[in-house]
Amino acid sequence: MKLLEYQGKELFAEYGIPIPSASLAYSKDEALKDSTKFEFPVVLKSQLTVGGRGKAGAIIKCSNSSDLGLAFDVLSKKEVKGELPRGILIEEVVDKKSEIYLSIFLNRSRRCYSLIASAEGGVDIESVTNKVIFDIPLGGLLREQAQEAAAKLGLQDVSFEAFVDFAMRISTLVKEKEIELAEVNPIAILKDGSLIALDSKIIVDDNAMFRHPELRKYEHVSEIERQAGKSGFSLVELYGDIAIIGNGAGLVMSTVDMVTDRGGRAGCFLDFGGGATTQTIYEALKVISKIQQIRAILVNLFGGIVRTNLVAQAILDAYKNNLVNVPVYARITGAESEKAKAMLVGSKAKLYDTVEEAIEQVVRQVA
Amino acid sequence: MVLALEYDLFEILVGRKDDADYKRKPVIIQGITGSFGSTHTKLMKEYGTNVAAGVTPGKGGQTYEGIPVFDSMGEAVKATGATISGMFVPAPFFLKAAKEAFDSGIKLLVAVPEHVPILDSIKAMEYARSKGARMIGPNTPGVIVPEVMKVGIMPARPFKQGSTVVFSRSGTLMYEVSYELTKAGFGQRLCFGIGGDPINGTNLIEAFDLVNNRDDVSSVIVVGEIGGDAEETLADYLIEIDFKKAVVAYIAGRSAPKEKRMGHAGAIVYGNYGSADSKFSKFAAAGIPVAKRPAEVPILLESRLKPD
Repeated sequence: MKLLEYQGKELFAEYGIPIPSASLAYSKDEALKDSTKFEFPVVLKSQLTVGGRGKAGAIIKCSNSSDLGLAFDVLSKKEVKGELPRGILIEEVVDKKSEIYLSIFLNRSRRCYSLIASAEGGVDIESVTNKVIFDIPLGGLLREQAQEAAAKLGLQDVSFEAFVDFAMRISTLVKEKEIELAEVNPIAILKDGSLIALDSKIIVDDNAMFRHPELRKYEHVSEIERQAGKSGFSLVELYGDIAIIGNGAGLVMSTVDMVTDRGGRAGCFLDFGGGATTQTIYEALKVISKIQQIRAILVNLFGGIVRTNLVAQAILDAYKNNLVNVPVYARITGAESEKAKAMLVGSKAKLYDTVEEAIEQVVRQVA
Repeated sequence: MVLALEYDLFEILVGRKDDADYKRKPVIIQGITGSFGSTHTKLMKEYGTNVAAGVTPGKGGQTYEGIPVFDSMGEAVKATGATISGMFVPAPFFLKAAKEAFDSGIKLLVAVPEHVPILDSIKAMEYARSKGARMIGPNTPGVIVPEVMKVGIMPARPFKQGSTVVFSRSGTLMYEVSYELTKAGFGQRLCFGIGGDPINGTNLIEAFDLVNNRDDVSSVIVVGEIGGDAEETLADYLIEIDFKKAVVAYIAGRSAPKEKRMGHAGAIVYGNYGSADSKFSKFAAAGIPVAKRPAEVPILLESRLKPD
């Protein structure tokens, strides 16, 4: 789960990591009212999970309340990469001397946590050549490591100590909340040498959420995703008209790729996991039926122990109960496939021997 | 970092040719009485795996399919001498069960559970290393030596004995690709799921090390997917060690949107990190052909090898 900036900053505050004073607003009236708490200029920031917000113009500096009103209207309607903001953050503008970069993240290939710091902040870290990177112990960042990083960044006196403290606190946050990535880009160095977090990017380990009920309040899922989750499915909503369902994340990704290659447009990715039963397929069709733009359903099921005639029955039941009325193109390996094919004759569903054949037909259908 | 391991993986799974119990190595199933564990225990046994014992705390003294159930791994290992464990416990109990297995002398843990917290996986991996043991997974379909034995949840049908090896980050794609290989006449010596999580007890590089010096392995298939840099570091490694066997890859997820988790905890792209393009270009640099779809894997392999 990726947190919004203000949510990440709430966690920063909880761990004693300095943040600018700010206020979250959902309406213009609220924003105008909140702005009286600040001295202008202030900055308005769209709260989005997607990156590239600055470049997309979703951060606006305002020098008076009429600017603020106009900026709020612009931001609240502005989509970035298909996403509308979930609130606008009004934040004080700090008087900064320079900016630096810091992140602690799960280093997948090294199978441990690593720290990256750079004296260049506010830029894309992948493009920065001058950076400090090292692994940290599972128990957390060592003070000597933080000091070494501070020295390599060329920090001195107040800033040196402030960085060490800042990094140690980020490390504690990462460890205690089981975070995959905590990035602060940038950290501002103020005139007095102190440090303050101007942004936050936090990704929490979803699989560890059962140990962190306090983070549940940050969960944000659509109604369809919620229903899929309840049935134990993984669902990603896409923008096309072909729903793609199957057992196994890799298999469904692979099917989406093949559909895209043939010129089709996937409308959703739905992995109903292993151990498919008649009930599973029926539930999956029920979830799909809630997605408006779907015009056809492609089922790719690599059956181990599943009996295809039971799957065919589930599809027929879904038609009978008016759960779906769009055609279903299915490729299901498993026992009794001839029987399943015969059962589906006369319905809007058809069984194919290979996924390539099913894809060719479904793409032709929606074209 | 490569794990120091006391034994060869094949040796742990099937033993040495002159062993009395060659191909009949005992396996313990952790979580044998659960619905998932019991279903697959039966299927493993039918396939030929020597499931010698099961463990479910509080169910010691019972039997399942004629297999004795114990309360603890210590008792099960003592009774059977097993060094292999297949784990089917719910994710929140994974770390405790893994430590118990390694403490009891298990040398190969096949961890099937999905949704294990990353921190628990790292801890279990470090624990295994300290005990000279190996973990495969978590979130793996398991490991199969076709027509000999399997520890995991894979169906039997896609696999046939031969000299190709399949390493996969995805379960069903491992079945799909193996099935395509089988149909084309390329049997498999060994297939296993690396796991769909960001952290894998045995990663792709270590998996390649396991088969690099084996005469009975002619070729290796890598089934990767978007997310992380396991394929990229593997490609660099294969260039570095000048890997001689034929390698063919398949990567799923090239049309997936960025910053969306595609079912697997590990299948997510941030910027260029973990993107399919990044993996394609690294494989290209290593001279490894990448199939566009599972059915293309045997075609690409054919161009490098003759069928068994």
